[in-house]
Amino acid sequence: MSAALLSQLLNGLQYGLLLFLIASGLTLVFGVLGIINLAHGSLFMIGAYIVFFVVSKVGSLWIAIPVAVICGLALGALLERFLFRHFYDREHLDQVLLTFALILIFEEVRSLLVGNDFHSVPVPAILDFSVPITGTFSYAAYRLFVIAMCLVVAAVLFYWIERTKMGAIIRAAAEKPEIVDILGIDARRIHLVVFAVGAALAVMAGGLAAPLTSVYPNMGSGLLIISFVVVVVGGLGSVSGAFWAALLIGLIDTLGKAYGSSLVSLPLGQVLAALASMSVYIVMVAILLFRPTGLFGRRA
Amino acid sequence: MLNHGSINRRRLLRVGGGSLVAATIPTTWAIAQAKPVKVGLMLPYSGTFAQLGENITHAVEMLVAEKGGTLGGRPVQFVRLDDESKPEAGPQNAERLVKKDNVDVLIGTVHSGVQMGIHKVVRESGTLTIIPNAGNNDVTRSLCARNVFRTSFTNWQPAYGMGLALAKKGVKRAAFITWDYAAGQESGAGFKEGFEKGGGTFVRMLTLNFPETNFQPLLAQVPGLDVDAIGAFFAGGGAVQFVKEYAAAQLKPALCGAGFLTEGTLPAQGKAAEGIETALHYGDNLTGAKNEAFMKAFRAKAGRDADVYAVQGYDAAQLLAAGLDAVKGDLDNEAGLYKAMRGAKLESPRGPISFSDSQNVIQNIYLRRVENGLNKVVGVAVESLADPGTGCKM
Amino acid sequence: MSSSHMLPQSWIGWCALAVGALVLAILPFYVPSYYVGLTTVAMIAAMLALSVHLLVGGAGMVSLCHGAFYGVGAYTVFFLSPEGSPQPTWLTLPAAMLVSGLCALVVGALSIRTKGFFFLMVTLAFGQMLFTVLHDTKLGGGTDGAYLAKPILSLFGYTFDPMSLPRSQRSFPAYYVALGQLVVTYLALAFLLRSLFGRVLHGIKLNEHRMEALGYNTGLYKLGAFTIAGVFAGAAGHMWSLQSGFVNPELLAWHKSAEALLMILLGGINSLAGAIIGAFAFTALGEVALSLTDRKLLVQGLVVLLAVIVLRHGIAGIRLRDPRRWLQSIRSSGKWPNLTVRKPVQEARQND
Repeated sequence: MSAALLSQLLNGLQYGLLLFLIASGLTLVFGVLGIINLAHGSLFMIGAYIVFFVVSKVGSLWIAIPVAVICGLALGALLERFLFRHFYDREHLDQVLLTFALILIFEEVRSLLVGNDFHSVPVPAILDFSVPITGTFSYAAYRLFVIAMCLVVAAVLFYWIERTKMGAIIRAAAEKPEIVDILGIDARRIHLVVFAVGAALAVMAGGLAAPLTSVYPNMGSGLLIISFVVVVVGGLGSVSGAFWAALLIGLIDTLGKAYGSSLVSLPLGQVLAALASMSVYIVMVAILLFRPTGLFGRRA
Repeated sequence: MLNHGSINRRRLLRVGGGSLVAATIPTTWAIAQAKPVKVGLMLPYSGTFAQLGENITHAVEMLVAEKGGTLGGRPVQFVRLDDESKPEAGPQNAERLVKKDNVDVLIGTVHSGVQMGIHKVVRESGTLTIIPNAGNNDVTRSLCARNVFRTSFTNWQPAYGMGLALAKKGVKRAAFITWDYAAGQESGAGFKEGFEKGGGTFVRMLTLNFPETNFQPLLAQVPGLDVDAIGAFFAGGGAVQFVKEYAAAQLKPALCGAGFLTEGTLPAQGKAAEGIETALHYGDNLTGAKNEAFMKAFRAKAGRDADVYAVQGYDAAQLLAAGLDAVKGDLDNEAGLYKAMRGAKLESPRGPISFSDSQNVIQNIYLRRVENGLNKVVGVAVESLADPGTGCKM
Repeated sequence: MSSSHMLPQSWIGWCALAVGALVLAILPFYVPSYYVGLTTVAMIAAMLALSVHLLVGGAGMVSLCHGAFYGVGAYTVFFLSPEGSPQPTWLTLPAAMLVSGLCALVVGALSIRTKGFFFLMVTLAFGQMLFTVLHDTKLGGGTDGAYLAKPILSLFGYTFDPMSLPRSQRSFPAYYVALGQLVVTYLALAFLLRSLFGRVLHGIKLNEHRMEALGYNTGLYKLGAFTIAGVFAGAAGHMWSLQSGFVNPELLAWHKSAEALLMILLGGINSLAGAIIGAFAFTALGEVALSLTDRKLLVQGLVVLLAVIVLRHGIAGIRLRDPRRWLQSIRSSGKWPNLTVRKPVQEARQND
């Protein structure tokens, strides 16, 4: 395996795992609550800004990320209790409208509170070095740390969903929403927890990404659509589906970009290269045409 | 539906307000001249480019304040409009300023797609327009118009300077990385032209979709290119991330580029940016009383340090002042106004500037190196560089 | 259940529409020319919203590719009528409708197998692909967009040159073309929704399986609706080019589709006129927000949030109601007030 390919695979892995953190929240919220949340990308942005704020005050990422996660849980709970709870039986279009409005409001409030500057979040000193992968290419240690953290979160999430009682209820609710009522469980508590956890995952993703990407206005909007692609490919409501789909999409996107630009010299090369950069969408369409409910979705 | 004969209430109020200001000047002629000049500021005040819009606005207001609040003897009235960097709303927003607010001058904008919308409207309406940032070549090339001036740059200018300076330093092979959009393509073409003119071999251009920031796939290709230097055009958040990732990948070719790569982003880039050489029409340690006074005044007004965008905004206002002074505030004297503006020799914080036949700024392109978090000027890449203005017929 | 609720149910409704059209017809002579342009923009938005309504209100298909067909229509004018060599409208308009319709036919053929949220995502993907082709290649002038020659207003050999008008009236021709096109679009869609085709679509919206069981080839009907909506979106895009003389890839972006959806929701999804009302309301909202504050987006966000909470069936669904009963219902249910009494269409939730 060539060095270039190896580093591209690592990139795809890291990108995909970050996508998983965002998409797992989206898929849980959609699967259990039936809510399409376009404002999920804004939660990513909020996470990055919280981490920036805490790091600039306290100076430590190790404090900032837990603080961000707690804020994310609280924010998610508040949003569920006072807003989304009233939208469960609404049509999807109403939910789209609601969350579209939330995007605008979150961005404007951000602009009022902290302005429109670009901000950097320093990589913690202990991780501020590069790991040589090959003679000519090194990989930032912080990126490896992000990979590790995402894997840990994924493991905890799987344990919670697959091995705990609450997880079993959540799985059941995602499969058949009626079942919660039949079992006599307080559905409202489940909804609150799921939404809060989903929000916290997106906030955490933003926090982890902050030292990589810096912090700037509208930073979550680019990741929103690609996260939806992950959710669809993985199958709505399936966390494990989201995991494998995120890795797949992360790799395809990275490789498509890496090798797409070499197509430019061919006839119609510009169009081919443009389409190569869209490989993610093409893959999604192909998968949906053959498996209309996604890779891991239950059969229709 | 402009009512020609009748005086509407709004116009009456405006003249009335103007005459209050000019009450000390006795002649009726002076009163008529003291009608305010309406300056429309069509800039991004929200979204990714908001900071640029704000800095340009501060600088324009600063110059007008320095002139005692009047240009060419007329008070100045500002109308601000957030263009949201939305190209499809560009024509409508420009019409709003031109037709509804009846501005005499339009200063805008940052985003080059939006600029195309503005340009379409003002080419038809003939409204005097000064571009304080957007760098799309065509606006002062094939699409040039006699009522449109630019005090910022063409995308070609800084990149050409960088390519030329790089080749003169003895670098033999170079490649370019940028977003696959108009500004990136034009910048890359300028870099290639300058580099080849200096005798270097341009290898290829690597691109990714605007405004994506998944740079890793491109960076991983760099070792295989066998080049001594990589030129780059990125701005804002993309520039921050690109520079950081380039440093973290510990690649051998030196990174350089059009100055936007390290402009306004150094605090966020930190030590990853140290040593990067870029070319731009401004730098942090430019000497000269003009620049020092400008920096100080800007800090006092805006509460933050001036940057190249502020300079461009300041010069847009300086150019307007030069034009209005020459015609004594008489905007109807279009021929005189445009002639004065095209012939203006201005003392900018960036050094002396003048204007080419296609009404784009002629300026020094400085070679800068990042040292201790500052873009230190280490030389002049090209002196008084004018954009070729290819295809401009006026 | 018939689909006639989509249309004005009485002569009052039709009268209201006629009065609206009449007001629009004389408006240019009474307002400054800026508002002529603004109203033209609102009418273009209304045409796009009407075509979306055929999909969403008519057949229950929520597409995010619709803005792309609109953009394709606008770009067709650019390809046919580049700056410097204007072409007549009798050529550009049918061409724009044809090209957009063909794109819609292809995209539709590949997407209609999927349903609900998956349909949303597949159409998003196709929309992004069309966007990328014009955004990232040199075909259509690249990211900054390009200028085009506004098509010559010409029909049956009779040609009209706006430059022959006084300067203050040069925006009138585009305005009246837009008004005419809006009226034709409305009537055509109203007719279509009332025809057998429209009734079958409505049946599919309520319960696709039942329609299949009744022997209808539902896929074909859905594809038909998708293509026709694409044709009308292309016509709206043509009008954009005719008015502005400028195309930009952002015209194809997914948020253009989202904006159109927003308009029909704002206006009321249960009536065809709601699309027009929503488009005008959305344009007016942006305009008012700009006049009042520097923070247009915040105002827009808050208004939309408020609208989605209290206006469950859009502006067209507002009915006056005894305020005391209204307050009482808030107190007793603890739920948000609901300004509308019209029952929502019972949607079979099979699509999720």
